[in-house]
Amino acid sequence: MSAESTELPRRRRRGNATFWLGLILVGGIVLAGIVSFFWTPYALSDMAGGRLEAPSAAHWAGTDRLGRDLFTQLMIGARIALIVGCGAVAIGAVIGVATGILAAFATRFLDDALAAFFDILIAFPTLLIAMLVVAAREEASLGTAILALGIGLSPIVGRITRILTKQVLGQDYITAARVSGTSWGAIVYWHILPNIVPFLGVNLALQFGLAVMAEASLSYLGLGAPPPNASWGRMLQEAQGTVYTAPWGAVLPGLALFALVIGINLLADGLRDRFDPARRDG
Amino acid sequence: MMSDLLTVRGLTLATPDKVLVEGLSFSIAPGERFGLIGESGSGKSLTSLAVTGLLAPSIRPAGSITLAGKEIIGAPEKRLVRMRGDAVATVFQEPLTALDPLMPLGRQIAGPVRRRLKRKGQEAGRVAVAREVRSLLELVRLPEPERLIRSYPHEVSGGQRQRVAIAMALACQPRLLIADEPTTALDVTTQAEIVRLITSLVEELGIALLFISHDLAVVGQVAESVMVMRDGRMIETGPAEQVLTRPEDSYTRSLVAAARRFDEALEGQP
Ligand SMILES: Nc1ncnc2c1ncn2[C@@H]1O[C@H](COP(=O)(O)OP(=O)(O)OP(=O)(O)O)[C@@H](O)[C@H]1O
Ligand SMILES: [Mg+2]
Repeated sequence: MSAESTELPRRRRRGNATFWLGLILVGGIVLAGIVSFFWTPYALSDMAGGRLEAPSAAHWAGTDRLGRDLFTQLMIGARIALIVGCGAVAIGAVIGVATGILAAFATRFLDDALAAFFDILIAFPTLLIAMLVVAAREEASLGTAILALGIGLSPIVGRITRILTKQVLGQDYITAARVSGTSWGAIVYWHILPNIVPFLGVNLALQFGLAVMAEASLSYLGLGAPPPNASWGRMLQEAQGTVYTAPWGAVLPGLALFALVIGINLLADGLRDRFDPARRDG
Repeated sequence: MMSDLLTVRGLTLATPDKVLVEGLSFSIAPGERFGLIGESGSGKSLTSLAVTGLLAPSIRPAGSITLAGKEIIGAPEKRLVRMRGDAVATVFQEPLTALDPLMPLGRQIAGPVRRRLKRKGQEAGRVAVAREVRSLLELVRLPEPERLIRSYPHEVSGGQRQRVAIAMALACQPRLLIADEPTTALDVTTQAEIVRLITSLVEELGIALLFISHDLAVVGQVAESVMVMRDGRMIETGPAEQVLTRPEDSYTRSLVAAARRFDEALEGQP
């Protein structure tokens, strides 16, 4: 009793700090992404300053080697990172959750086959799968990148969904629901999805981070969103040759990527602590 | 007898390498209270799962189980879903794990209520369902229904959870209620309350009861007829009064003697 009363508030305070830090990081980037639709300091392709200028009052993040404003590119990059992350995770979640639940319910043979299929796909790096999809689509575009990353993530989501679903299926309350005449469809909707989402949610946040980083890599390889899209990965690629003379060109998009990935994970952790009733004190 | 609600004939349950239940036969008349007694692992739960058609795929049933005139063994899942809830409902041993940890209690009771109203072609809107849920909570004598409806399973006591589970089972308005050791996970006072509640409810509502327990005293309180099981076989069956006071089989006699010694030990205490 006394152990509980001293431990819970501390845990909760920590949970809260995590949550708020995550919210600030993600919130800042989301805000930048939204504002970029209406306002940026300069136009994206406007060669408004000198080449490789250091950060200043006129160019908050400096300029690239063509004299374009880097802060403008960072804002648009935020928008692209968010679109790519949300889109890829949404596609990966739909495919992954559907196949994962199917596997958990399937006959032994189909289940084994799907499980092996997930494992084989996971053995390939997400990035490699995404590259194959981009290659198959023949032209690089933002939509292709999102689709490719979503497909690349789906086996990871599928595998964890399958395992989580099997755990839930073994619970007494599923037998209780079945014994009271609940159909399988209703059981998936009312009992299985709500019980796997808290765990899946945290995993999807990790996948979001993966997707954003993989998009940066795709762009870095020239397979991501083509210009004039300014993704953080493309910025990194373009700053490659001038890392020593103008380090901010590489450091700032790198930091932005880092902040988004960390922020999403902190936010997911914090949200789970807040909304999972079994972890909430009664 | 043709009018029996549940008839089990020559039920055998086996995995590829082991026979778990063998040649079991018994029947339960409408409104009858039937007790199934046996030590741990004697196959009581398997028998009840077989009655609801919920055996694990690795266990193959043979023989015949007719519930409300319909054969269960070999029936397609679709028909079983309809039959569960309509003809039979179950209360399990451990109420904490038998309730969804992430769903408020009110919604868990509302599920079977809504299905039953729809099945019977009655109005199944929010208001009608909420009214039904509240009257079920009253039926199982739960205080503060408003609070309970919004609570999660871990926020209420074990006895209250078991009452909610009973309410869920009754929400189906089944003709047969299976209670699989419904009091084992509870403390002694709560046990007695739950046993009394189940007995009075099935009597009041005219529901037949299959009560599973290894506790002879409890079964004696509840059941009109009993069957004693051991290692998946029937040992003895008959009216509760007769089997529990003048057992014919030596195994039953040893059970009764042990229970009596236990009672005397309790009474002998200051
Ligand atoms: N899915 C299964 N596969 C194989 N054997 C099983 C399975 N389920 C149960 N058994 C075995 O069947 C036997 C009877 O189990 P059952 O659960 O019916 O016992 P019980 O009488 O309900 O016991 P308890 O009082 O402990 O609940 C046990 O020996 C058990 O190990
Ligand atoms: Mg049992």
